[in-house]
Amino acid sequence: MKHPFPFSAIVGQEDMKQAMILTAIDPSIGGVLVFGERGTGKSTAVRALAGLLPPINVVKDCPVNCAQPEDCPDWADIQDISTGDIPTPVIDLPLGASEDRVTGALDIEKALSKGEKAFQPGLFAQANRGYLYIDEVNLLEDHIVDLLLDVAQSGENVVEREGLSIRHPARFVLVGSGNPEEGELRPQLLDRFGLSVDVTSPTDIDDRVQVIKRRDAYENDHSAFMLRWQTEDAALRDRIVTARQTLKDLKTPDSALRVVAELCINLGSDGLRGELTLLKAARAYAAFRDDTVLTTTHIRATAALALRHRLRRDPLDEAGSGARVERILQETLDA
Amino acid sequence: MTPWERATLALTLLAIDPQNLGGMIVRARIGPARRAFEAAATALPIPSVRLHPHMTAQVLDGEIDLSATLSSGTLVQQRGLLDRPPSLIVLPMAERVDPYMCARLGQALDSGRSHAILAFDEGAEDSEALPMGLSDRAAFHVALETVALGELAPITLPEDLAILRRRARKIRVSAQMLEDLVGLAVSLGISSLRAPSFALCAAQTHAALKGRDELINEDVSASVALVYAHRATRLPQEPESDTVPLEDSAADTPDQTDSFPAPNDVMLDAIKASLPPDVLAHLSTTPTRGASGSGSGTKRIGNRKGRPLPARHGGRTNTARIDLIATLRAAIPWQTLRKRSDPARLGPIFRQSDLRQKRYETLSDRLLIFAVDASGSAAMSRLAEAKGAVELLLGQAYARRDHVALVSYRGTDAEVLLAPTRSLVQTKRRLAAIPGGGATPLAMGLSRAVEIAHTATQKGLTPTVVLLADGRANIALNGDADRAQANMDAQAIAAKVAAAGIEALVIDTTIRPEKTLQHLAQTMDATYIPLPRADARRVSSAISNSLAE
Repeated sequence: MKHPFPFSAIVGQEDMKQAMILTAIDPSIGGVLVFGERGTGKSTAVRALAGLLPPINVVKDCPVNCAQPEDCPDWADIQDISTGDIPTPVIDLPLGASEDRVTGALDIEKALSKGEKAFQPGLFAQANRGYLYIDEVNLLEDHIVDLLLDVAQSGENVVEREGLSIRHPARFVLVGSGNPEEGELRPQLLDRFGLSVDVTSPTDIDDRVQVIKRRDAYENDHSAFMLRWQTEDAALRDRIVTARQTLKDLKTPDSALRVVAELCINLGSDGLRGELTLLKAARAYAAFRDDTVLTTTHIRATAALALRHRLRRDPLDEAGSGARVERILQETLDA
Repeated sequence: MTPWERATLALTLLAIDPQNLGGMIVRARIGPARRAFEAAATALPIPSVRLHPHMTAQVLDGEIDLSATLSSGTLVQQRGLLDRPPSLIVLPMAERVDPYMCARLGQALDSGRSHAILAFDEGAEDSEALPMGLSDRAAFHVALETVALGELAPITLPEDLAILRRRARKIRVSAQMLEDLVGLAVSLGISSLRAPSFALCAAQTHAALKGRDELINEDVSASVALVYAHRATRLPQEPESDTVPLEDSAADTPDQTDSFPAPNDVMLDAIKASLPPDVLAHLSTTPTRGASGSGSGTKRIGNRKGRPLPARHGGRTNTARIDLIATLRAAIPWQTLRKRSDPARLGPIFRQSDLRQKRYETLSDRLLIFAVDASGSAAMSRLAEAKGAVELLLGQAYARRDHVALVSYRGTDAEVLLAPTRSLVQTKRRLAAIPGGGATPLAMGLSRAVEIAHTATQKGLTPTVVLLADGRANIALNGDADRAQANMDAQAIAAKVAAAGIEALVIDTTIRPEKTLQHLAQTMDATYIPLPRADARRVSSAISNSLAE
C-alpha cells in the first residue's frame, strides 16, 4: 500500500487544513465535519491527517489504548503492563458496518473454541484517544448514527447484549465528510462536530494546475515526492506539539470571553456548546500562532469554523450560514 | 472516430494504466457490441471481479465463513470481494447501484489498493444513469448504444503493456499543455479536480501508445474527447459574445482565452466532435452545473435499509434468511448437553430449534409531490403566496426527512422542475425560479404528478400529491384551448389518482371557492382546502393538519 498523500502537499483548502490542525492541538474541540463537492480533496485530507499526528503513549496490550495500566478495563485482563508509543489511531467507520462491529460484541471465536464468554472490542474501542473517520457521513444508517451520538456525548461505550455487560472509555475526535447533494445531516449529529468546513474546488487556474502537478508527482515520482513533503509534515507536526504546550500557558482575558459570549448571543446559536467550542478553537489557534494572549483576531479567525453549523437552522437559507456568521461577526466586533 | 473506435482507444489506454485511470463507464445494454467489448475487457492485465448492484455489505467487506468456522472450530473470516489484490471491478446494471454500495465502491477505488472499475450503465433514459460519486472516479465514458453491427472489429490490446506504462510516466508535459488541460476543464464547467488529473494521465498514456516522448496536441485532443466530453456541463463562451458568464466568470473571461488560443480550439473541436448533436443543444441551454446537480438524488432507491430487529426463532423457509450468528448463539449453550448424547461427533451440534431468521424493519419514506399552478391568473394574484406556502411546507418536510418533488404547469405544458429529492436547497432554488404566465393545463400538471407518484411507489416511497390550483382547467391534455375537454381530462386523471389509491390534497387559491375544483377533489378522493386570501402560513398549517390525520 502506498503512503497516503502528504497533508502539507494539499493545495489551498486552508479552512479544512486549519480545522484539522486545531483539533490535533486540542482534541476536546470535538471533531470536524467536511462538506463539499466531489473531487475537492475531502478524503485525501483526512487520510493525510494520520501522518501528521504525533504518536501517543499506551499500554501495549490494552484494547482501548489506555495510557495508564490502572485505566485499562477489567474485562481486557491485561498481564503485560509495559507501555509504548503507537501512531494516533485514525479508524475508518465504513458505511456498511454492523452494530456488532462498531460497539463490539460477543467474541464468537472464543465462544466456539473455548466455550468462553468474552468481549471482542469494536471500532469504538480502537478509536479511543484517536480519530474516528466516517466518509459519506450523511448516508450513515440511522441506528449507527444513534449509537455514535450516544458515545460521542458520553465518552463511554456501554455494551449490554448477549449477556455481556461491558463498559469502556471511547473518547475520540469525530471526523465526517460528505457531499451535501446526496443528503443532509440530522441536526443532532451536526451539533456533535466541533468545527464545520465547506469545501469547494479551487477557482484559480494556477491552483488547479498545481493540484494536478502534485497529484501527478505523487503517482509517478512517489519516493522523491514523499521525501520532499514528509519533511514539511514533520515541521507541521513539531508546531502542533509545541502548540499543545503553549496552550497550557495561554492567557484568556475576560474581555475575550465577553466577546465570545456576545457573538453567540447575537447569532442565536443553540446552547452553550457553541460558545465553548469557539473559545477552545480560538485558544488552539492562538497557540498555533505562538501567541500568549487570546485576542479578537483569534476569535475572528475561528468563529465561522466553530459556529456556522450551530445556527438555528433555516434549511431554506441559500446564502449559507457562513455568510451569516461573517455578517454578525462584523457587527459585533466593530461595534 | 466512430463510437467503436472510441471505445477501442479507451479500453487500450485503460489496459495500459488501469490504476491511474480508475476505470471506465460503458453505456450499453446487452447486445453484440457489449458482448464483444466485455470479451475484450477480459484481456486486461489485472484480474477481474464481477459484482452485482444489490450485493450486501457483508459480501463486499467479508463475513464469517460459517461452514469453515464450524468444521475447524476457529473463527474463519471470508475475505470480502473488495479486499482482493488490485482488480478490475466489473459492475453490470450500474445505474441500479444504491448509495451505500456507491460509497463503498468509491472508497475502494480511492483507497490506494488500486482497483479499477468497469461499469455498464444500462439506463433507458437520460435521467437514469450512474451515481456521480462513481462516474467521477472513472476516467472514461463510452456509449455503445449507436454502434452498428458492421462497425464491430476485434479489439487487440498491445502486448507490451507494462513497458508502455513505464514509458507513459516519463512523457514530458509542457507547462502550457498542463495549463490548457486545466483551463479547458474550468471553461467546460467541470468542477471536479479528478477530471484534469485523469486527462493528463490519459494524454501521457496516449503519447506512449503512439511511441512519442513528448505530449503533442493530438494526444491532448484524444484525451479530452474521452475524459471531458461527458462531464461538460456547458460549452465555453465565445470570446466575442456579450452575455455575462453565469459562474466561474473569473476563470474564463476573454483575456484568459487569449492566453492560449490555438490548442484550446483544437481541444474544443475534439470535444464537440465526440458529442452527439442533441447533447450540444442540451448543453447550451443548461445553466452552469445544473446538469450535474440533480445527480444522485433521483436515482436512489427510496427505502433506507431497515434497522435490523432481533432475530426471530424460526424454522427453515424459502423466503427468510438465516441469521447465522444468532443461530450460533442459540446453539452454543446446549453443546455440552448435546455432546453427551453424541460424543463422537466433532464440532457443534445444531437442532432445528436453534435456527434464527433475520428480520429488518423498513420504514417507507414519504414523498410530497407539489403540483404548482404557475398560470397567468395565479401569477397575477398569488403565485408568490403559493411559493411561500410550499416553502413553509418544505421546512416541515425537512424536519420529517420527507422527499420532495416539484411540478409546475403553465401555458400548454407541465414540467417536472425537480424529480424526487431530499435536497432542500435545490428545491428552494427551483421553486424560486418558477416563471408565471399562460393558461392553466391542470390535467397535464396532475398527470405529471401521478407519473412521479407511480415511479415513487415502485421504489418503495409513499407518495402524496399536493395540487395547488388557481381557477379551472382551460387546456386539454392534447394542448387545445377547450374548457369542456380540459375539465373532462382533469376529471379522468383525478379518477386515476383515486383508483391508484394515491393520497392527495387539493388547495384552491381562487378568490371564491371554485366548484370544479371541489368536484375534482371529490373524484380524486382528496381533501379539499379552499383558501381564499391564502396566506402562506394558513396554507401550510391547513396542509400539515390534513396530512397528520
